[in-house]
Amino acid sequence: MDDKISIKINGKKYKVAGDQTIMHAADACGYHIPRLCYHPELSIEGACRVCIVQVEGVKNYVASCCYPVADGMKIHTNTAEIRRARRDIVELLLDNHPEDCHTCERDGNCELQRLAYAMGIRHRHFEGVKKHYEKDLSSPSVIRDPNKCILCGRCVRICSEIQGINALGQAFRGFETIVMPAYNKPFAESVCSTCGQCINVCPTAAFTEKNYTQELFEKLNDTDIIKIAQVAPSVRAAIGEAFELPPGRNMQGELAASLRKLGFNYVFDTQFSADLTIMEEASEFLERLQSGGKLPMITSCSSAWMKCMEQFHPDLIENVSTCKSPMSMGGAMIKTYFADKIGIDPKKILSVAVMCCTAKKYEAARPELQVNGMAATDIVITTREAAWMIKSAGLDFVNMKPEEFDAPLALSSGAGTIFGVTGGVMEAAIRTAYELFTGETLLDIEIESIRGFEGLKEGKLTMDGKEIRVAVAHGLGNAHKVLDTVRKEPDRYHFIEIMGCPGGCIGGGGQPYAGSNSVPLDKKALAARAQALYTSDRQKTIRRSHENPEIQRLYREFLGRPLSEKAHELLHTHYAPKKPVGITTKNKKAVIGK
Amino acid sequence: MAYEYAITICDGTGCIQKGVRNLRQALDDELAKHQLTDKVKINLSGCLGMCDKGPVIVVNPGYTIYGNLVKDDITEIVTEHLIKGNPIARLAIQEDFMYNRFFRVFGDAKFFGKQMRIALRNCGIIDPDSIDDYLALRGYEALAKVLTDMTPADVVEEVKKSGLRGRGGAGFPTGLKWDFTAKQQANEKFVICNADEGDPGAFMDRSAIEGDPHTVLEGMIIGGYAIGAKKGMIYIRAEYPLAIKRLEKAIKQARANGLLGNNILETDFNFDIEIRLGAGAFVCGEETALIRSIEGRRGMPRPRPPYPSVSGLFGKPTLINNVETWANIPVVIMDGAEWFKTIGTEKSKGTKVFALAGKVVNTGLIEVPMGTTLRQIVYDIGGGIPNGKQFKAVQTGGPSGGCLPADYLDTPVDYESLAKAGSIMGSGGMIVIDEDSCMVDIAKFFLEFTQNESCGKCTPCREGTRRMFEILTRITEGKGKAGDIENLQRLGNMIIKSSLCGLGQSAPNPVLSTIKNFREEYEEHIHNKKCRAGVCANLISYTITDKCIGCGACKRVCPTNAITGSAKNKHTINQDKCVKCGMCFETCKFDAITKL
Repeated sequence: MDDKISIKINGKKYKVAGDQTIMHAADACGYHIPRLCYHPELSIEGACRVCIVQVEGVKNYVASCCYPVADGMKIHTNTAEIRRARRDIVELLLDNHPEDCHTCERDGNCELQRLAYAMGIRHRHFEGVKKHYEKDLSSPSVIRDPNKCILCGRCVRICSEIQGINALGQAFRGFETIVMPAYNKPFAESVCSTCGQCINVCPTAAFTEKNYTQELFEKLNDTDIIKIAQVAPSVRAAIGEAFELPPGRNMQGELAASLRKLGFNYVFDTQFSADLTIMEEASEFLERLQSGGKLPMITSCSSAWMKCMEQFHPDLIENVSTCKSPMSMGGAMIKTYFADKIGIDPKKILSVAVMCCTAKKYEAARPELQVNGMAATDIVITTREAAWMIKSAGLDFVNMKPEEFDAPLALSSGAGTIFGVTGGVMEAAIRTAYELFTGETLLDIEIESIRGFEGLKEGKLTMDGKEIRVAVAHGLGNAHKVLDTVRKEPDRYHFIEIMGCPGGCIGGGGQPYAGSNSVPLDKKALAARAQALYTSDRQKTIRRSHENPEIQRLYREFLGRPLSEKAHELLHTHYAPKKPVGITTKNKKAVIGK
Repeated sequence: MAYEYAITICDGTGCIQKGVRNLRQALDDELAKHQLTDKVKINLSGCLGMCDKGPVIVVNPGYTIYGNLVKDDITEIVTEHLIKGNPIARLAIQEDFMYNRFFRVFGDAKFFGKQMRIALRNCGIIDPDSIDDYLALRGYEALAKVLTDMTPADVVEEVKKSGLRGRGGAGFPTGLKWDFTAKQQANEKFVICNADEGDPGAFMDRSAIEGDPHTVLEGMIIGGYAIGAKKGMIYIRAEYPLAIKRLEKAIKQARANGLLGNNILETDFNFDIEIRLGAGAFVCGEETALIRSIEGRRGMPRPRPPYPSVSGLFGKPTLINNVETWANIPVVIMDGAEWFKTIGTEKSKGTKVFALAGKVVNTGLIEVPMGTTLRQIVYDIGGGIPNGKQFKAVQTGGPSGGCLPADYLDTPVDYESLAKAGSIMGSGGMIVIDEDSCMVDIAKFFLEFTQNESCGKCTPCREGTRRMFEILTRITEGKGKAGDIENLQRLGNMIIKSSLCGLGQSAPNPVLSTIKNFREEYEEHIHNKKCRAGVCANLISYTITDKCIGCGACKRVCPTNAITGSAKNKHTINQDKCVKCGMCFETCKFDAITKL
């Protein structure tokens, strides 16, 4: 390449691309400069100053994350002086940190802890006062603990740049600076979508999920109730990472076996209810298409998206599918269809969902999702919580003998599997809608144009000569964009899939923390998780939801047909505009951001 | 109508506070009483710079400056000076020589003797509310010259040649900045005037705008023409209501006169200026933080590059200069770079405005040629240290500047020399410190300000300055320990070299410079638990000497009953009970109590 330049790192000559930062150039040459606020998917903050290096001819140290390389530049990453400065900077962070590592949620998986070790901080010079704030426990999904915050700003950036929610911002000055929701109101009253991406990117435990493991452990010992778990597709694709397995290992059988060992009487598969969702959603779409209903129809599986939509896009409420999410459909079936089947009072059932998601905790508490006055889902735990419970119970997860899910909510098609990846719901819906509409089976079922991690994907297909245009958005920031397009061009799309998290559920806010050699939301890890689900789909003989014999039986024995009165009662819901703190309807743009 | 006298009344903030507006009323009444209203023209001006002598008025012809006026003085001035023609020596501020290239209007005040006014050339002379006053003194002539005789590239070249450097503190060559911004290809560019003056005790920019708002506008319009911008913004703190009012009025006048808006001076050049108010965060004086603040976001600096000249306001190329820099532009254009270059030193051309404050006889606003020594400023212009006290240090550059001791008094004021001496030019704060001040306490004072004003973004500044402040607090409370000085230096040097923006990169300066120049004071505080200036309360002890006659006055005023002793016998102070309030020291008529 012609645009290569010569630089020296620590006295050694390298040829590197000229249009990059010192950090990236050093990475390419095998020097991993320590870093903290830097995140490859987010804008450059330059705040932590941990990545400083010396450049000959520059008076001050430069932050390698934002300083561009130049021809002839002589960089030093590891002199005694720069090591000491970096060490002192990390010590300053520790000085204002609770340092209760042994009792911390992130113990052993904390970037600050790792950094302090790597910097060689073995004694302290500058200790002084520490900040003290109350934890914010108000949200059903996310706990905010400003004491642990080191102000790297990753949460603020992901919430605004990727999610477009802007629930968080820095407030006050100097040592008193704190990350908080608008007006420092409780998190629960804020615009937070509960997606949990702040947890994913937080290097410490300033954001954690609301933890239900202790409560669940207690209930699992209760012999008077029937304990039932359901497991979301993307949990099996990621949970291995919490046990130091490489990303992309499908741990479905190990997970089913472990949950039984933890004390669950039945372990069901949310992929089954995903097939059910497709039956209802595809039918709803066709009904809207044929009877002139509101289009484009927008999917409703993602709970963070649901909250976001009610807050920021109430004008499009009618476009959103009334279908409940697979979790809530599954919960509803557990407390009705399955309870009937085994002859148990549904009040005696504990319905637990193991999800990749923190927003599902919020969803489970939504009153309109109740079934016969009962919560459809009693407890939601994340992939992380499930992994911790398995470890805490002393189960040898990695070497566990795989087991199957329990009938009758077990069997799933490949369509239900790919729900966990962005584009998957759309692909699954098309597989079924095509056949319901045309009476013919769609043969070319892997729809490449809506796969992959492009923020906004478009696709089209022809059904009986009618062109159907679809769009897929993942990450709420992309959702805002596609909806702006809908407002401008209402006829551009017929059907839109929106997932709240980057990559879809596989990138959910409840997935395992990044290990010591990766970064949160690493693109490669997400791709490996996606591949695990696509492979599973390909290995199945049944790849269309409507071909799932258990689904057919469910309709035959219980629900009648899709969109029947019973289906409406149990599987559909409604939405209402919400106006949390920080929303001003007059100038929606200012709230939504870019 | 022939006026016999013109009286210029200083209507700057300092004089307003000292009641100049009541004097104005008195003057009007007095003139009316003597039927002189149509014989005496009254002008209002911006700050004359002699704030400690306010209220100030100037009577012309004769250039008589009257200061420290009270209401009765007005009667005397009218009857004696205006009617009988005898200036009143008692009230006049009289010194010998006046050196000013532009206007010999100030009269014989030594205060002005070493000064040279370029940025402030009209301040105190014209009525800032009158565009006619500004036009009369060659106002907007530079703009006319630029629009008719010069290409944008010519303008950039002229500014480059002049050697003008940014007056906001860092001293970046202004012409280069203009050049970079001019060369950017973009559909939109911006010009910004940084009037977010936040240094405690600094009022250079405020006075410049209050005294002569049109100069700033003219400079910005020229800048807009040079770089190809159509829009200018003035970012000024909301705490400057008078300056804002005058700017608003000036903008309105400029628009009405075809100097702002479309087709300026009937050319095809369009340019307009808007005002944006800052909420008073010190860090918003940093250019990238200021830009974010204008954009409606939290004013936090961002890493550079890209510099604002490439990606500034709303991501567009932006030319951002400080008030004083803008005020220099019309002069550079009007009188040419060749002339401008003759003033100042080799690397620092032109003049610099300072807000002279602290323990000095004449406090106020001054403008001196670069290269003037600190000694000339402190002693010739400032009139030396009052009350026969000893000079101890001069602190330049605002809260982030260094403290220079007497050895450095012959340092010429320019960017390089001040940096070499261990301080900075900064935006122009200058505080004189005398022997009554404790250098550790001074360092603590400045650091307290900067650590409070840190935006909280980068670790070294947010956490590091707080730790330094804690160590300093400890030392001044007598709890300092061995290693504190070394830790202050270690932190200070790291913060300077690692911080994201200029605030952190300079915040430790007062501490490091006082350790360098007054290390013995730190050591006394830490090891001997003594504060030689008697400032740090915890390190003072009061003792009663043999001079005590046992009158009991000290015992009666002591609020904690720490003093015991019977009548006519020597009293003693119980050090455990003493709270060092100093009441006994103040009360003793026999000089029998010592403070150590």
